[in-house]
Amino acid sequence: MIQKTEIHRHTIAVLVNNEFGVLSRVVGLFSGRGYNIESLTVAKVDEDDNLSRITIVTTGTLMVIEQIKAQLERLVPVHRIADLTLDGPAVEREMALVKVESTGEKRVEALRIADIFRARPVDTTASSFVFEVTGVRGKVKEFINLMGDLGRTEVCRTGIVAVRRGHDTIHKSN
Amino acid sequence: MAKQEMTGAEIVIKALADQGVEVIFGYPGGAVLPLYDELFKQNSIRHILVRQEGGAVHAAEGYARSTGKPGVVLVTSGPGATNAVTGLADAMMDSIPIICLTGQVATHLIGNDAFQEADTVGITRPVTKHNYLVKDVEDMSRTVHEAFHVATNGRPGPVVIDLPKDVQFATGTYAPPALFQHKSYAPQVKGDLKTIKEAVKMIAGAKKPVFYSGGGVINSGPKASKLLTQFVRMTGYPITSTLMGLGAYPASDDQFLGMLGMHGTYQANNAMHDCDVMVCVGARFDDRITGRLDAFSPNSKKIHIDIDPSSINKNIQVDIPIVGDVGHVLEDMVKVWKSEVCKPDTSALETWWAEINDWKAKDCLKFTQEGETIKPQYALARLNELTKGKDRYFTTEVGQHQMWAAQYLEFDEPNRWMTSGGLGTMGYGLPAAMGVQIAYPDSLVVDVSGEASFMMNMQEISTIIQYRLPVKIFILNNEYMGMVRQWQELLHGGRYSESYMESLPDFVKLIEAFGGTGIRCSDPAKVDETIIQMMETDGPVLVDMLVDKQENVFPMVPSGAAHNEMLLADQEEGKGPEVTSEGMSLV
Repeated sequence: MIQKTEIHRHTIAVLVNNEFGVLSRVVGLFSGRGYNIESLTVAKVDEDDNLSRITIVTTGTLMVIEQIKAQLERLVPVHRIADLTLDGPAVEREMALVKVESTGEKRVEALRIADIFRARPVDTTASSFVFEVTGVRGKVKEFINLMGDLGRTEVCRTGIVAVRRGHDTIHKSN
Repeated sequence: MAKQEMTGAEIVIKALADQGVEVIFGYPGGAVLPLYDELFKQNSIRHILVRQEGGAVHAAEGYARSTGKPGVVLVTSGPGATNAVTGLADAMMDSIPIICLTGQVATHLIGNDAFQEADTVGITRPVTKHNYLVKDVEDMSRTVHEAFHVATNGRPGPVVIDLPKDVQFATGTYAPPALFQHKSYAPQVKGDLKTIKEAVKMIAGAKKPVFYSGGGVINSGPKASKLLTQFVRMTGYPITSTLMGLGAYPASDDQFLGMLGMHGTYQANNAMHDCDVMVCVGARFDDRITGRLDAFSPNSKKIHIDIDPSSINKNIQVDIPIVGDVGHVLEDMVKVWKSEVCKPDTSALETWWAEINDWKAKDCLKFTQEGETIKPQYALARLNELTKGKDRYFTTEVGQHQMWAAQYLEFDEPNRWMTSGGLGTMGYGLPAAMGVQIAYPDSLVVDVSGEASFMMNMQEISTIIQYRLPVKIFILNNEYMGMVRQWQELLHGGRYSESYMESLPDFVKLIEAFGGTGIRCSDPAKVDETIIQMMETDGPVLVDMLVDKQENVFPMVPSGAAHNEMLLADQEEGKGPEVTSEGMSLV
């Protein structure tokens, strides 16, 4: 009855049949019902059963988050849902490829910062680097910010993938 | 393993027959010619040729809602599919099981903007429970069987199967339904017993209880209605129903308070507002029911039984949610009530009923039939009275007449009331009546209609004539889009913007032109004889009942108001609750 208005961020993992149109069903559900998507990743994870795993980071009131999960569960090709934020600690990672154009002292500084962030140069020219950086979203964001100070950047992020800590799997949770 | 080689089109028809389909509502076109060819060659499935694809879906809805079986539709690609969209959305909102087969251009043409091509799966995705595009004939039989499983299990709904023409021609293997099991879709039907016990305890301890039942009881099947009736009678508690749920509990019973919600009865809405325990059985706290959310039944504990977990806590936070088929849950509730020897608090209940009876005494549905014009309420009250005891089915269109029908017609059994509740689709009633009459050729099927709604799908009279369906069309003609006019009167200063219909046709001549019988009535003294004549005349009959043009539907919970702030018919003007600007923006 009382509508709590506090906004929460949740990471939800969805195991789906890897079939025609399944991603548009999930995305269409979010746009059709006015839910937010902060990040979304999807890839096939099970060759034998032909399953894909979608990781969605979304925000909303607790009532909305509950609705999102119930609505996802209602989609016919969905096998499992896991609320990684609610179910307890989860490992969350994101990868970014960051291209930075810089020369001279700034170029050296870029390498030094990359080292601190354990970012790896995966491409280099005399005036640019492409770094691969992996970590929680805050770390990735911070790395991108720092690179921005050192030259023109181009950023490409994967969005978050996440898995629950401990021995329980999505197949056994809920 | 009874597997056989056949064409895609043959597989579809064979699969439908194996699923027990007896009738299909459809309209042919280029992309479904192979399917129509197969239909021609067989005798087990009957095809009803509608006049527009929208009519086909509503007819299938009427068929499904009155029989409990899925309705099947067959339309062509492009415009055939897009015309079906409204019906699909309607079935989605009201949870009606529909299988809609759509033709599609050949697979190699998909995406090329081919003739009569439309992205049918894309367009219908948000208005169906699920949809399929069959690109490989080897997937055909599995897909059709799976579609029936999805449409009829859990919360029912429409399923589209898009069938490219080359796949209909291709040769593949047929597998019967028994060989198939669904990978991921298995809705929960049994409620959690511990929660059910907790709920029964709460119900037994209530001092001001109310049951609030909905379309889910009807969808669960006649057994659920019986169990609901049994359980409610065991408790002696009052019960109200949503528009979609009418008939699940006998309307003639003393414990029934009438419909609730925006145009619900005074006693039902007040009971909902003042209760201490609310038992929602297969309903979904829709905005027509709740009125102002933050003032909805503020002091009650709420129990919610629903097969769809997404219905729970969507609009209203409840105290005890029970996910499951209402039939199963009610069965368990009755068992628990008996085994725990539960007894209602009789003295509290007596006080509660006294309160309710005071509200009943307001007689909120009373009307006065006097003078020269027919009151629409009177016409419906007489229709109810004169058809009582007959094997009768009613459908409606959408608007004032629909609300009056819900208020003045009485339903003592489920599956006898077909109306567009969630989507509110004008033009639903006539094709729906057609679908009901196909299922029950010898029963009395009446489409209670308004003249504006009627004209939205009146081409279907032609279908009704073709199949000699004795559908009775009962038009309450006030020459207005009555509900629009009512809202304009109450909320927009009486500025009747585009709600008056000039140049209405002569409805009597209209049905005569199609080959049916028309009767006009404008005299209150002749209402009875008109209704009797309508029933006694063979074949399709249209009654053009000229009614009071200014009549409004009451009681009414205005937009943005609470349940206990109702407008009653005899209330003095300006005495009702102020409609806030927030309320104005609600539909």
